[in-house]
Amino acid sequence: MRIEGKGQAERSRKVRFQFDGRWMEGVEGETLAAALMANDVRLVARSFKYHRPRGILTAGSEEPNALVTVGSGAARDPNVRATVQEIYDGLVVESQNRWPSLNWDVMSLNSLAAPFLGAGFYYKTFMWPRAFWEKLYEPVIRRAAGLGALSGQSCTERYEKAYAFCDLLVIGAGPTGLMAALVAARAGADVILCDEDSTPGGRLLAERGEVDGLPGPEWAASVVAKLRDLGVRVMTRTTVTGAYDQGTFGALERVAQHRAASGDLPRECFWRIAARRAVLAAGALERPVAFAGNDRPGVMMAGALRAYVNRWGVAPGKDIAIFGNSDDVYRTAEDLIAAGLKVAAVVDSRSGPPPEHPYPVYRGAVVTGTQGGRNGVSGIRIKTAGGEVRVKADTLAMSGGWNPSVHLSCHMNGRPVWRDDIAAFVPREGAVPGMTAVGACNGVFTTRGCLEAGVSAAQVALRDLGLDVGATTVPSAEDVPYQIEPLWNVPGKGRAWLDFQNDVTVKDVVQAAAENFRSVEHMKRYTTQGMATDQGKNSNVAALAVLADTTGRGIPETGTTTFRPPYSPVAIAAMGAGAQGHGFAPQRLTTSHVASVARGAPMIEAGLWYRSSYFPREGERTWRQFCDREVGMVRGAVGICDVSTLGKIDIQGPDAAAFLDLVYANTFSTLKEGRVRYGLMLREDGHVMDDGTTARLGPQHYVMTTTTAAAGAVMQHLEFVHQCLVPQMNLRMISVTEQWAQFAVAGPRARELVNGVLAAPIDDATWPFMACGEVDVAGVRGRLFRISFSGEHAYEIAVPARFGAALFDLLVTRAEAFGGGAYGMEALNVLRIEKGHITHAEIHGRTTAFDIGMGRMIAPGKDCIGKAMAARPGLVGPRRQQMVGLQPLDADKSLTAGAQLFAQGAVVARETNEGYVTSVCHSPFLGHGLGLGFLRDGRARHGEVVRMVDQLRGLEVACRVTDPVRVDPDGGRLRG
Amino acid sequence: MRLPCPVCGERDLREFTYQGDAVRLERPLPTAGGDAWDSYLHLRDNPAGLTRDLWQHGAGCGAWLVVTRDTVSHAVHSAVLAREARHAD
Repeated sequence: MRIEGKGQAERSRKVRFQFDGRWMEGVEGETLAAALMANDVRLVARSFKYHRPRGILTAGSEEPNALVTVGSGAARDPNVRATVQEIYDGLVVESQNRWPSLNWDVMSLNSLAAPFLGAGFYYKTFMWPRAFWEKLYEPVIRRAAGLGALSGQSCTERYEKAYAFCDLLVIGAGPTGLMAALVAARAGADVILCDEDSTPGGRLLAERGEVDGLPGPEWAASVVAKLRDLGVRVMTRTTVTGAYDQGTFGALERVAQHRAASGDLPRECFWRIAARRAVLAAGALERPVAFAGNDRPGVMMAGALRAYVNRWGVAPGKDIAIFGNSDDVYRTAEDLIAAGLKVAAVVDSRSGPPPEHPYPVYRGAVVTGTQGGRNGVSGIRIKTAGGEVRVKADTLAMSGGWNPSVHLSCHMNGRPVWRDDIAAFVPREGAVPGMTAVGACNGVFTTRGCLEAGVSAAQVALRDLGLDVGATTVPSAEDVPYQIEPLWNVPGKGRAWLDFQNDVTVKDVVQAAAENFRSVEHMKRYTTQGMATDQGKNSNVAALAVLADTTGRGIPETGTTTFRPPYSPVAIAAMGAGAQGHGFAPQRLTTSHVASVARGAPMIEAGLWYRSSYFPREGERTWRQFCDREVGMVRGAVGICDVSTLGKIDIQGPDAAAFLDLVYANTFSTLKEGRVRYGLMLREDGHVMDDGTTARLGPQHYVMTTTTAAAGAVMQHLEFVHQCLVPQMNLRMISVTEQWAQFAVAGPRARELVNGVLAAPIDDATWPFMACGEVDVAGVRGRLFRISFSGEHAYEIAVPARFGAALFDLLVTRAEAFGGGAYGMEALNVLRIEKGHITHAEIHGRTTAFDIGMGRMIAPGKDCIGKAMAARPGLVGPRRQQMVGLQPLDADKSLTAGAQLFAQGAVVARETNEGYVTSVCHSPFLGHGLGLGFLRDGRARHGEVVRMVDQLRGLEVACRVTDPVRVDPDGGRLRG
Repeated sequence: MRLPCPVCGERDLREFTYQGDAVRLERPLPTAGGDAWDSYLHLRDNPAGLTRDLWQHGAGCGAWLVVTRDTVSHAVHSAVLAREARHAD
């Protein structure tokens, strides 16, 4: 119900929202929990294991009970906390984990079977027969237990991620955080202030106390206004979820969940904040007391009740009992009376004479149970010194004291410290370098104390940052000392709940200890205490107190379980924001991309690059037709292929030649200017790293090409060798892959075509095989290399990338006039297999120069990377699998890459395996299938017939071992 | 995690590539023998505490760095240019 005249929410704008199909009215901006309370909804959820009816327990993100599903279809969002979700016009909410309805849930029968479903029941009850686990038990348990369900559809909502930097990050905008931010900002620090609530203020919004003569919320608002004037980034609805190394913090901002029409706004934004210093002012969470029936709807936290009454102006009932172990019980009673509500009884577990109050007070008494039905409490039983008393009440507010929110201080392995005086854990000093935990999260529980703590935390940070600390006065505020006597559970009959979200009772923890799960980490796993979405925020300390008691140890010896990020759940969609579809990886497009797509070429990914597979022509239907025709064009006329994706590294300097001698197995210092040489690069462990051609453009100027796949790795390797191994060498290098567009012009009519676009024609004498140099390409300064990957008479023409698109069009048009045209990756692959050229299918990281027949390229007269290790025993010799060509005996059969090779007549087994196939194609030039592969002692076995066995596809093909080079072995076409 | 690049200043981990122990700077002579090369390439300590390792600031200046850090506390003590770290030895 709503309380007249109470509450800070803007009352003017009413909105309608739907809960389980029923339309209700609420006030815009209030939490769903407050709105449900205003509409007298008490039963909001069913519990995880026993499907117990549950109500609203808290008023914050620690809520274990009131989880709901928001939205529908692909956008549905399960396990949303009703205490966090703000309502808006048209909000649609459904309850979870119940069937057929929240009021009548079949699975609540689990509760009757509770004696069999205690701690560890999964492990005991469902052990035998073993085969039943996967087929029967697990699916049944999974159906029966659970929270909300995902839609099962791909995420349609937009999420965002962002980065921020600051001098000081203040986590929490209660009195401590506001004060710290204000002092720091006034001293000139660049401050970010984060709070998970929609409005800054923390407990000031929920209590009636004054600060500096102003009501708490007004003082908070005035400080926020000053902060904004000072340029502080005040981030509301932003939960700092994790503390990481070197002052990095993760934070989740709820951007659009509280809006009806979000427009272009993302649902959530995940921030990575780099802060030079941080102040943790995360406050404290009130903890329940375990007693029989404490999970009944209508039983809630006293501090939460004050928030609903004072901040939102709503109450869960009219007749309210209060139970606790500190002066908070009286504070709560006074707030209720001020709101015109009836206090049925105050039960104070501490002994002493009852103070004068206009309501019944029981001192030295405890609540032993609740009465009522599915819809909540109707009365409580109180055990007093004089016997049991029954009191009628529709709500019970409980308070077991406050737990400082130490979580973030523990994210880097720091363990919290127990303090007897407040019966709670506080952060260990220095647990997160650069972060100070102060205020309520450090065990300071008065407003005045928090304001002071905020000031001194800011001063410490300012000194660290080298900023002047100005004089500051601390505002006046309530300063009543916190007096508490520990009370964790009330012994007695009936189930007393510790963890509401996972249905863990006192009895479960006792049983775990009895079965020797005495370590807190074991107890957690055995009982499931502290798991699931709330991670036991309001139950962990009480559970370990019960464990400590049961095992006869103290709480500090018992210790806590490990706090890990995130503080509250973060959607994977938020952390991976932007990484769906094309956002998953950057796309690198060549200058010929648009023209190629326009010609109908499908694109294939090569690393981040997109390259043309083939260029279909009219009358052709299958990729083999496209591919065979393109191969034929290159072998018979001329073809054009964009090879810009190959890595190009420009290397210059007096020591460039010596450097290349070191990084390549073969020698480059002897290469003449205006010439290109094939180079083989080894890893230091002696295996092949990459290959390519390197051109010498000047005495101190080389341009290296790498494979497309290894371009980045080679660049990194060269930088490593230079900076780490030979820094004395005088040279510089830079990647120019993107700066040059480069096209292969290959085929018997290549020179004819090239001469058509060059200002000065070339001939075989001026431009023999492996020549290179600068040329004038249709008025543009370009480079020409006479190199060939296809085995044909071929050139590669390079121009600055801005001319790439134009040159591609020109070359393809000319080629078509010669009866050729553009060719793609499929044809390129066939051409190089026919010619026996390797790619990373062959140099896959486990092959040596010896294996690919290039052992002699490792120059004897000089050192090179990989040379020492390439000579290791076992990396050379007849036992090695060496590269061979493979040809099926039956021309109609085709080979498959990845298939294994066996000697004829050998048993097909791992032990008899002699090699494998790496690359396959159909050779239109030779008219049969063709493959490259590795075969033990292969070079000595040319002519032999071996079995290719593909066990994955159930194929077997007899094939003849050949030399890898099947087209133009003497190089006549190449040099012609 | 953030690393203080001597050229660019403190930057996020995402800009760097890890390359293992800084022992890679001590390349043996070609004639050093199998054991020395095996040790250089394959044998690594696994210290709880101070460690020196190589990182490249690939998304920044491209410099190779020797980072001294603590594997227990995750504290980063220093980052120096590899070319200079080597000269200092």
